[in-house]
Amino acid sequence: MSAQTLYDKLWQSHLVHDQGDGSALLYIDRHLVHEVTSPQAFEGLRLAGRKPWRASSAIAVPDHNVPTTHRSAGIVDPVSRLQVETLDKNCAEFGIVEFKMNDARQGIVHVIGPEQGYTLPGMTVVCGDSHTSTHGAFGALAFGIGTSEVEHVLATQCLVTRKAKSMRVSVEGELGAGVTAKDVALAIIGAIGTAGGTGHAIEFAGSAIRGLSMEGRMTLCNMAIEAGARSGMVAVDDKTLDYVRGRPAAPTGEIWDQAEAWWRTLVSDEDAVFDCEVTLDAATIVPQVTWGTSPEMVAAVTARVPDPAQAGDEGRHKDWQRALTYMGLSANTPLTDIAVDKVFIGSCTNSRIEDLRAAAAVIKGRTKAANVKLAMVVPGSGLVKRQAEEEGLDKLFTAAGFEWRDPGCSMCLAMNADKLEPGERCASTSNRNFEGRQGQGGRTHLVSPAMAAAAALAGHFVDVREY
Amino acid sequence: MRAFTLLDGLVVPLDRANVDTDAIIPKQFLKSIRRSGFGPNLFDEWRYLDHGEPGQECSNRPLNPEFVLNQPRYRDAQILLARENFGCGSSREHAPWALEDYGIRAIIAPSFADIFYNNCFKNGLLPIVLDAATVDRLFADVQTQVGYRLKIDLPRQIVSTPTGEEFMFSVDAHRKYCLLQGLDDIGLTLQHVDRIEAYEAQRQKTAPWLFG
Repeated sequence: MSAQTLYDKLWQSHLVHDQGDGSALLYIDRHLVHEVTSPQAFEGLRLAGRKPWRASSAIAVPDHNVPTTHRSAGIVDPVSRLQVETLDKNCAEFGIVEFKMNDARQGIVHVIGPEQGYTLPGMTVVCGDSHTSTHGAFGALAFGIGTSEVEHVLATQCLVTRKAKSMRVSVEGELGAGVTAKDVALAIIGAIGTAGGTGHAIEFAGSAIRGLSMEGRMTLCNMAIEAGARSGMVAVDDKTLDYVRGRPAAPTGEIWDQAEAWWRTLVSDEDAVFDCEVTLDAATIVPQVTWGTSPEMVAAVTARVPDPAQAGDEGRHKDWQRALTYMGLSANTPLTDIAVDKVFIGSCTNSRIEDLRAAAAVIKGRTKAANVKLAMVVPGSGLVKRQAEEEGLDKLFTAAGFEWRDPGCSMCLAMNADKLEPGERCASTSNRNFEGRQGQGGRTHLVSPAMAAAAALAGHFVDVREY
Repeated sequence: MRAFTLLDGLVVPLDRANVDTDAIIPKQFLKSIRRSGFGPNLFDEWRYLDHGEPGQECSNRPLNPEFVLNQPRYRDAQILLARENFGCGSSREHAPWALEDYGIRAIIAPSFADIFYNNCFKNGLLPIVLDAATVDRLFADVQTQVGYRLKIDLPRQIVSTPTGEEFMFSVDAHRKYCLLQGLDDIGLTLQHVDRIEAYEAQRQKTAPWLFG
């Protein structure tokens, strides 16, 4: 057999039927469900008199709408409350395990999947959420789907899909101090653009990627979709297995041995050929800050806001101009001169324990700047929150003037009460700086957790390597 | 799902790249548990001057006169002409639901984001990729000619202009079939029940940990 990529192996092992017209039926091992993109899918099942094909493959959690304060009082917004209650009802009716809002294991769907061992190497993982690419960190084929496909997976355990092209993004060398997986992700998006990975499945490879922890790999794969790729993935190695071993839903004993034997093969063959190859030198990557309204509008913290006159073509010139107007920025302003009103540490990109530790390490007994109206930390799950509290991180944050919240998606997309007011500027560890994403008129700058913490202390962006 | 065969529709141009699904339908409207009714909130933050909330009556909200959808010459447009990477970002199917509910039946752009592109076909909406130079041309024509219409022929995979110029487009055979027939995939997939069951039985032996 010819040499295969990791993606080829994952595709081949889940192929139920090649339909011969370019489409294929692909078997889905794990289906993650949240409250926003599932109600219409369950309704569709009900109307058609269908049942889930394999209810045990699904796991549900409310995360987008949940409040991050005063949770015992329930959800105040009646529309959000109805959506969460609808998830509860649907899971009860269709026999799907759900971690409800007040369960200690509740959290962002892309944090709890790996945390519980519901995400395992070699799986196909889907969710009605574009950041499902996160789970590719485990050598899994994971991608976001729409609500019609949520219904399709519930009803058939399969998806009708097409094989993507393959792209390998290699980051070679060693990352400098203060440079994180988030900076690598942003640097890659800056290099290939937000449509650079469209139509492709990206494998992240190279010594810098192998050097990342599993949480760092999750951050990186999480943002594959921001580079246009539905799925991002990293080959299985010892770190993968060490992370998975002992998780509540991970196999044990002989079954573990059987699983491990297969999981160890989930790497691209040495002479596998990719449709597209991109290589970055890790040593050239420095902490990143986005300055515009698309994740590709990103620069090194040491740089200045770019001048639209230098954009190249006319379309890009207009896009940059529009972005700077929306962001309230002038060309050539040093990024470190930009003051922030709010700081958000959280989201499925950066809310895991290592993220919180990295932010806490920057604080070191200092306090947030007076001009920062709100700095909030939203752990990715109840278990991340508990772990952070056991390590005393919550005390560091609150002593520095940060708010310590309950887990959920929160101000990444502002579906709950956590949002920016028009014109407010935020240093955010989330994944999208689109217009209005964190609240209508809000201005988002994407950064790593350490960079967000440093911005909170200084009141403006700073190079965390010197802070 | 509504079938799509032929369309002769007024064209509205949305001249910006990387239009994301947050812009197509902002997050507050995602709280709905229904599949319809999103049309009045399509492009809400660009279309209205005030802040929109779910359940609000939109007919008396202040419109942004600058926004292209609000210009009288584009009223009742059925074809959206767009730029690169249309529909990027969130996987929310509420985006095609909102476009469809508003009355858009087809979108022409040089490129689309993958998940959005896929979601369109599930909702009777046809996304058409034409090369950037052709899209540039169409932008110029629609902006200079009031009442500019295009004809879309899905069976022949052709977009034609008022002067009779024709542009071929590609569409995956399975998607085309479903769109022409107005079929959703679930019924089709369930014709393969035996195959799915056989795969699953085999997989239970080779990967038992997946079935715990």
